[in-house]
Amino acid sequence: MADKIIKKADLPALLSRLLDHYRVYAPVRHQGMTNFEKISAADQVDLSHVNTTLSPKSLMLPQSESMFQFTSMKTVDQRGILREIEKDYSPRVIFAIRPCDAKSFQLLDLNFDTPSYRDPWWLGQRQSTTLVGLGCNQPCNTCFCTSVGSGPFSADGLDLLLIDAGDEFAIQTRTEKGKELLIKTSVESEGSEATANAVLARQESSLKAFNSTVYTENLKRHDVKALFDGDFWDELHFACINCGVCTFVCPTCWCFDIQDEVHKGNGIRLRNWDSCMFPLFTLHGSGHNPRAQKLQRLRQRFMHKLKYFVDKYDRGVACVGCGRCVQQCPVNIDIRHVFRLMNDLGA
Amino acid sequence: MEQLKEKIMQIALRLLVEKRVDVVLGFQQGSIPMTSQPILIREPEHVDRIHWDSFCGSNLATYLPQRRDRVAVVAKGCDSRNIVLQILENQIKREQLYIIGVPCQGMVDRRRVLANLGGREPRQISETSEHLLIRGEEFEETLERTRFLQENCAICAHHNPTFHDELVAEPVTEENTVDRYGDIHAIESMSEDERWQHFAEILAPCIRCYACRNACPMCYCPTCFVDESMPQWLGKSIDPVDTKTFHFLRAYHLAGRCTDCGNCERVCPMDIKLRQLTKKLEKDIIELYGYEAGLSLDQRPPLDTYRPDDPQEFIR
Repeated sequence: MADKIIKKADLPALLSRLLDHYRVYAPVRHQGMTNFEKISAADQVDLSHVNTTLSPKSLMLPQSESMFQFTSMKTVDQRGILREIEKDYSPRVIFAIRPCDAKSFQLLDLNFDTPSYRDPWWLGQRQSTTLVGLGCNQPCNTCFCTSVGSGPFSADGLDLLLIDAGDEFAIQTRTEKGKELLIKTSVESEGSEATANAVLARQESSLKAFNSTVYTENLKRHDVKALFDGDFWDELHFACINCGVCTFVCPTCWCFDIQDEVHKGNGIRLRNWDSCMFPLFTLHGSGHNPRAQKLQRLRQRFMHKLKYFVDKYDRGVACVGCGRCVQQCPVNIDIRHVFRLMNDLGA
Repeated sequence: MEQLKEKIMQIALRLLVEKRVDVVLGFQQGSIPMTSQPILIREPEHVDRIHWDSFCGSNLATYLPQRRDRVAVVAKGCDSRNIVLQILENQIKREQLYIIGVPCQGMVDRRRVLANLGGREPRQISETSEHLLIRGEEFEETLERTRFLQENCAICAHHNPTFHDELVAEPVTEENTVDRYGDIHAIESMSEDERWQHFAEILAPCIRCYACRNACPMCYCPTCFVDESMPQWLGKSIDPVDTKTFHFLRAYHLAGRCTDCGNCERVCPMDIKLRQLTKKLEKDIIELYGYEAGLSLDQRPPLDTYRPDDPQEFIR
């Protein structure tokens, strides 16, 4: 049920009001590619995309995050003391995020916001952010969110969900943060019955447009060793070139590496995205590499997403069905096919 | 295209049945329109999985280094040139290989087609020698094939395999009048500062996924310099200095070895024009040494040999 509406023609004005109160990140199109960027004016926003090339993961977990600074200079008495680098965690909005990507943040919470460890940088980004979603009237060929616990109009993980209902966006409010945003930006118009009907029609037609389905029901009960030893890995891995495209475009790949970079006695401690596709990911100090082979690395990625994660958290698979890896793998390794191979093991 | 595919299948079948090779390295059709996947066929009964169309842009030579078995490999002009180089560089032995040469009409750039469709999604693609027929949910469109070629294919001067055991079709006519270096001339005419700025801009979107390197048939080092950890030569962040160092050094490693197969650009998720680096080096090598990579087994890449009469004017 829509709580409020906003006329499409009023969207630029809304974005301008948002900019008065928040740092705003939204889809921006550059040379044929749409990605989330910080905007300074409403006219930068482009909503003609199906989904962004890169996921908005980097807005919560930057590809490279400076955490601490330190000095290694002998003359300074603070030598070797790590000092946290200040971050701008003032209120911000991620505008027009897709439901699949919003769900990915919930999955990443399972790793970065746990009873035993609460990652301050993750929390800083999460808590400062209001997520304004945009439902998907037209899913693409490779979208399969409906099979992995989300959907084109799922508001899970969102503060507000916008649904394109023709001349207007219907707005569903899900949280206090969302309510606050509407108040701050003076969105007051109520939706009519016509709006509600238009939304229903969109929801129906969008669901019909999905033509990708994956099955996950057997993943949990399969024996982990049986999957690990599956004979399909050999053929599956052949084409893989072990680049990091799938892991870097993936909204749920959260692995990182911590490095110190020191220049003339001044250092920073960084957290950088890493990829299980890279041999260096598992290289031990001894020189031994437990995943020295391409097959082992490819298997790790899919086993983590579709088995280890399932077993550990009991929250489904670590995949939100955005289809980015399917679209962008240089050699067409299709995760939907891997779902099939793993789910159907022994069938 | 269908005929080429049939012919490749026939040859693959014959080679496997006669046990002339252990495996056939070719393509199978991708799971989404305008994609393909490299595939290794071991059994004669699997040759029907072999595919060929304008979207087989991967360079299959990438899969050859250090193989120990006897391989039949489907090779376009560029692939065959990379195979020549790999033989010269001891990555694979001539005797192991059976090269199924495909006279190539240029590969089509999926991104350019998608851009032309402006968000409408293709569901099915078929092609003739001149056209691509695209069907979507509520549209049908015919595109002129040559307008959507990969940029390297549009200026290719070696469509025909330079080196092969068998050709699947009559050689195509080579187009030798194109200016291969239009974009490079433009960069050469920039001032040093402008050029630095230009490369900084084109490399800025890089996410350091290394797809360009891993897709490159000439990037076969067991450990790439960016993956060295003791000592670590390069930072792991997306600091522009590190990103540029990676791309510039990689390009220099390819001087005299790059065949402009375009695989680096084809696989780049950020659509970075990486060939602007490698093509400049290719042009320099032609001008300085009169050498084009991968045309002959009798001539080594100039930067791994020494001749007393090598040009030296550029060393100062």
